Amino acid sequence: MCGIAGLIHRDGAAGIGQEMTAMLQALKHRGPDSTGFAVYGTAANDEYILRFKVAEQEDLASGFKIHDEIKSRRATVDERLKSLDVRVLDAQEATEYAYRYRIAYGGDLKRLADFVEDVEGAEILSIGNSLELIKDLGDAGVVAGQYKLDGFNGTHGIGHTRMATESDVDIRSAHPYWAYPYNDIAVVHNGQITNYWLMRRQLERKGQRFVSNCDSELLAVYTANNLESGASLEDSLKQSIKEIDGVFTYLVATKDELGMAKDTMAAKPMVLYEADDIVALASEEVAIRSVVPHEIDTWDPYDEEVRVWRA
Amino acid sequence: MAGVNEQSSASHEMGMHTEQLSGRSQQTFFDLDEEGGFTYTDSFDVDYNKRTEIDCNNLDAKQINLGLRDAMANGYGTVVIKNPGAKHSIAVGILNRLNLIIEGSLGYFGCGLIDGPNVRITGRVGWSCAENMMAGTIVIEKNAGSTFGAALRGGDLVCKGSVGSRTGIDMKGGTILVGGDTGAFSGFMMQRGRMVVCGNAGKNLGDSMYDGIIFVGGEIKDLGIDAVPGEVTDLDRAWLTRKLKMYDLLPAKGVDHFKKIVAGKQLWNYDNLEPTEKKLIL
Repeated sequence: MCGIAGLIHRDGAAGIGQEMTAMLQALKHRGPDSTGFAVYGTAANDEYILRFKVAEQEDLASGFKIHDEIKSRRATVDERLKSLDVRVLDAQEATEYAYRYRIAYGGDLKRLADFVEDVEGAEILSIGNSLELIKDLGDAGVVAGQYKLDGFNGTHGIGHTRMATESDVDIRSAHPYWAYPYNDIAVVHNGQITNYWLMRRQLERKGQRFVSNCDSELLAVYTANNLESGASLEDSLKQSIKEIDGVFTYLVATKDELGMAKDTMAAKPMVLYEADDIVALASEEVAIRSVVPHEIDTWDPYDEEVRVWRA
Repeated sequence: MAGVNEQSSASHEMGMHTEQLSGRSQQTFFDLDEEGGFTYTDSFDVDYNKRTEIDCNNLDAKQINLGLRDAMANGYGTVVIKNPGAKHSIAVGILNRLNLIIEGSLGYFGCGLIDGPNVRITGRVGWSCAENMMAGTIVIEKNAGSTFGAALRGGDLVCKGSVGSRTGIDMKGGTILVGGDTGAFSGFMMQRGRMVVCGNAGKNLGDSMYDGIIFVGGEIKDLGIDAVPGEVTDLDRAWLTRKLKMYDLLPAKGVDHFKKIVAGKQLWNYDNLEPTEKKLIL
């Protein structure tokens, strides 16, 4: 089933970490397998936030050697970053297997991403000037607590509670997906994409990479491919309704935008609240009520509806 | 109530089916001569003059519904639900008369499976409001989500704002009134009843409808398979005027501009009656 939520403040930064946690916790019943957040803080143009992991949570139960392997994989990543002249300004261990690095880097992001992901078990969750993407197994409260999201201030964010239907219960298949290799772009999705393999093969032939077999990843890669071709976010969202088959409602966030698209069948839910200072949207109104508790006017966007808001 | 075998025989004689029913599919027939034969086992005799309130702030759906049942069991006929907070499955399965006022918004499946109460909701409702409603009235002051009045069987279901997609899907009776617009696939596989949309209707209106009537005051994006325009009669106009007036939805310019959509009956054309209708005929 899955639940998705998005929130954008139009009048400056707020406690987006806490707000997104409340929204996704309210949607827990739509998917308890994993929870993910893509939140956007204050942009620092000469720095990137690199979020990556070197193992899955379930790997920790695979034996005694895994702990040493994790250390070894992280050391390899560190070496590779050094070899690319990446300056690590700050390194935090969010969990034993997932890290947050503040880096200074002037080179090609795709090269950086490919070189890091070449290390066994390594996956970049996000690279961005303002984007921080965290995802793990468990509900919103557990994941936000684990990654200390409560104190995060920012302008907007998207999030996802996952009920695994098309692929495994692991971090790799959890949302949001970072739109590799573009900084600050993330996607969450509720639905099923029926021309996944066809579209995936087309995008792979264009040089795009996939890290999972989750159909939702296609939307991130697809969006990245469109933006790379010069399309605006709104154009990409509109185009997706024509080119992607299935039932879906999805959200895309960039450094300063939040967009949504609903498929032609309008089979997946979305409730929207739009005010002068805030726009909140979620699979269910109960999530919006967790951040806007007073009586509000909400509505369902219709089939093929595309909307984009700026922070 | 008649015994199990007698029920099977009765339904076979009435031509409803030929197979042997058992378990949950067993049909139940009311006996006019039996005391309380027309009363549901889970319905309550209430007094409209007895009023109570339920504050839902720190209650979950089950606690709210149990509170409501408790109030009805104690004879309260007017119940005000405060701070529903868009929670799901509120006020479901009410099988008796009741004046229910919901101050706020409901989530999914609000007021589903009800038979008799008059409900007023000051906020919005989520998906599948009034699913399988048998009788009574529900008036929603703001907007409604998709599958509004799915499988509706009776009563008046009114949304003064706009509703989502697949409004009145599979409806088998009753009336749906929408003050604003409705989304795609409204009236999909509709089998009976009437739907009135004062605003615009999305694509595939009335797709695969078996029967029933849809009136639309605004623009129709396109019609679904086997949905065809019908002739608006004087009787239709009189009914529309009366019904819309009842809920303050009558447009200032009247109802002359309303279009009527009916089933072409080229795709499906069944004539099975509801069990209660068969009983009346027999």
